[in-house]
Amino acid sequence: MAIFLGLIFGFIVMFVAIPSSAVAGFKFILLGGFRRIGDVFYFATPIIMTGLSVGFAFKMGLFNIGASGQYTMGMFFALYVGFMMDLPGNTHWIVAILAGMLGGMIWGFIPGVFKALLNVNEVITSIMFNYIGMYLVDMLIQTNAIMYEPTKTRTNYLPAEVQIPALGIPGSNVNLGIIFAILIGVILYIILQKTTFGYELKATGYNKYASEYAGMKGKRNIIITMVIAGALSGLGGAFAILAPSAIAGSSMTYEPINIIAQAGFNGIAVALLGNSHPIGTIFAAIFISHIQRGGTLASLVGYKPEIIDVVIAVIIYFSAFAMIMNAALARFVKRLITHKEDDTLTTNVNLEGPIQTSEPHQLNNDEKPDNNTKEAE
Amino acid sequence: MDTVFYLIQNMLPVAIPLLLVALGGMFSEVGGVINLALEGIMLFGAFFGALFVYFVQDSGMNPQTILLLGMLVAAVAGLIYSLLLSFAAVTMKANQTITGTALNMLIPAAILLFSKMFFGSDGITTSVNFYIRKMPILGDIPIIGQMLFQKTYLTVIIGIIFLIISIVVFYKTRFGLRLRACGEHPHAADSVGINVYKMRYLGTSISGILGGIGGFFYSVGVMDGNVNGHTGVAGFGFLALAVMIFGQWRPGKIFFAAIFFAFLRTLAYSVALIPFLYNLGINQTYYKMMPYVATMVVLAFTSKKSRAPKAEGIPYDKSLR
Repeated sequence: MAIFLGLIFGFIVMFVAIPSSAVAGFKFILLGGFRRIGDVFYFATPIIMTGLSVGFAFKMGLFNIGASGQYTMGMFFALYVGFMMDLPGNTHWIVAILAGMLGGMIWGFIPGVFKALLNVNEVITSIMFNYIGMYLVDMLIQTNAIMYEPTKTRTNYLPAEVQIPALGIPGSNVNLGIIFAILIGVILYIILQKTTFGYELKATGYNKYASEYAGMKGKRNIIITMVIAGALSGLGGAFAILAPSAIAGSSMTYEPINIIAQAGFNGIAVALLGNSHPIGTIFAAIFISHIQRGGTLASLVGYKPEIIDVVIAVIIYFSAFAMIMNAALARFVKRLITHKEDDTLTTNVNLEGPIQTSEPHQLNNDEKPDNNTKEAE
Repeated sequence: MDTVFYLIQNMLPVAIPLLLVALGGMFSEVGGVINLALEGIMLFGAFFGALFVYFVQDSGMNPQTILLLGMLVAAVAGLIYSLLLSFAAVTMKANQTITGTALNMLIPAAILLFSKMFFGSDGITTSVNFYIRKMPILGDIPIIGQMLFQKTYLTVIIGIIFLIISIVVFYKTRFGLRLRACGEHPHAADSVGINVYKMRYLGTSISGILGGIGGFFYSVGVMDGNVNGHTGVAGFGFLALAVMIFGQWRPGKIFFAAIFFAFLRTLAYSVALIPFLYNLGINQTYYKMMPYVATMVVLAFTSKKSRAPKAEGIPYDKSLR
C-alpha cells in the first residue's frame, strides 16, 4: 500500500517535471531492474545488511539510525585489512570481511552502552556516532598514503585477492556477498524465532517492564542487540567495499568527502518495508535496489536518479502510518466492492506480496514500532 | 584579544540557528511530539528562503529587507513541512521517530532533484551580501559593541528576540502551561478540557516555524546565503536536538547550551587562526569531531537526571483513557 502510494507520488513528480517522457521513465523505474538483474542483487547486498541491522534492533524496540556509521566503520576496517595486512591469498578476503564486522560491532557497542548504562536515547547517540565515524574514517583514510590516492580523491583499488569472488554472471559483478547476506538473513530468522535469546529480545521489544519482571536482563540484551546490529551493518560495509567493480581488476572505492553513507538510511527504509522481519527485509532490499536500478535507467529519458530517493522517502513516510491507512482503505474498499468489483485491490496485494511475510508471534502490542507496515486484511 | 573578538563574532551566527531550532524542538517535545524531522525542516526552510533570495536578489532591495522577507518565507515553509509531521504523528498516530526520519530523507533528495533540474547544480547559490560590517550607534560602544555589533548578521538580534519571546510564551502564558501539560500527562490535560490534538499541532507548528527560520539563518550565517542538497545543514538539526536535551527542555538553559556548541564548532573551524592550537599540530578533523564528541560526553552526564517530558513520543489516543 505504502509502496503503491510512493510510486504514484513518484509518477506525479515525474509528470510535473517532464510530462512528455513520464510514462517511459516510469516504465524504466518499474521494469528497468529486470534488465540488470545481476546489478539489482549487487546493489541489494549492502542494503540487505543494513536493513537486517535496523530491523533486528527494531525487534528490541531500538531504532538503529546509526547503521550508516557502522557501515562506514565496517568499510574502513575491511579496507585496512585489505591494504595493510599481508595474508595468504584465499583467506585474505574472509579476514577482511570479519574485520569489517568487528568495525561495525565497535560502532554498535558504544550506543548500546550509552543506552543501557547511561540512559541516553540511542537515536541521538547513533546520529552523533554517524558523524564521528564519518570524520574519523575520512581522516584516517586521507592520512594513509597506501590507501589514499589524493589526485583522484578516493582510495586505491584493492588487490584482487581481497575482493569477494564474483559469481560469474555475465554483465554484472554480483558476488558471494549476496549469498552471505541471504544466509545471514535466514540465520537471523532462526535466532529470532527458535532461540531463547531471540524470544527475550522480542519480549523486551514488546514490553520492557514485563520482560524485566520476568527476569530477563534488559540492559545486557540492549548491548548485545546493538553489537549484533552493528556487526550486520559492518558486514554490509565490508560486502560493499570488497566487491569487484565494473572495470576489470578494479574494486569499489571509498571517497572521503565528509558525507554520511546513504546505505544506512536506505537500510531503515528496507527494514520498515520488510516489517523488520529478516526474510521480508531481504525481499524489500531487492525491491528497493530494483527501483533504484530502474531510476538509474530513467536518466536515459531525462530524469535525475535522485527521484528514487524521493520515492523511497515517501514510501517510508506512508508506511509509518500504513496500518491506520490500511484500515481506512479496507473499509473504503469494502464499501466499493459491494457496489462493483475493483482491480486496484489485486494490484496492491501483488505489489506487496513477497514482503508481507507472516509472522508467528502476533502478540497484542500498542507501542511496538515494527508492526506498522502490516497489511490489514 | 582580537582572537577572542573573532571567535565571538563568528560564533554568534552559528549559535543562533542552533538556538532557534533547539527552541523549536523544545516546543514540539514539551507538547509530546518527538521532532526528529528538524533537520529536514531546517533544510526545507533554508531552501525556500534561499529560493526567495535568489529571485529577488536583482531587484535592488536592501539586503536586510530581503533577509526579513526571506525569514518569513522560510517560516511559512517550515510550518507547512512540519504539518506533514504533525499529520502523521498526531492525527495518524504513526511512530514519530520513523516519520521524522522519512521527512529528513525526503528533503535532501527533493532539493537535489529540483536544483539539478532547474539550476544544473547541487543547490542554490545567491549573491546577496547580508553581512553587517558595523551597526549604527550600537557598534560604537567600546568592547561590547565590537564584540556583539560589528561584523555580524542581523540574524543574531532576531534570534535573541525570538529567545525572549519563547521564554515569555513558555513560562508566562496559558498556552505554554497547557502545552507542557500535554507533554507530561495528555490524559489529565484532556480531562480538564484541553484539546490535546490541537495543542500538539500548535507545538509542532511552532517548531516548524522556528526550524524553518533556523535553517534559513544557517544558510545566511554559515553558508553565505547558499543552500546545498548534498551537505544540507550538516547535522545541525540533530545537534539542535542534542542542545535541547543538554538544555533540559528549558529555554534559558538551551541558550547556554547553544552557545557552548557553537563555540566548539567555531573553534574547530578556526584552528588555523589561533597560533596556540595550531602549533599543537593535531589534525583538524579532531576539532571537527569535537562538537559531536562533546555532545556525547555531556549527554552521558546529564541523561541520568533527564527531565524529558513524560508522554514524549507516545501518540495520544483518546480511547485509552
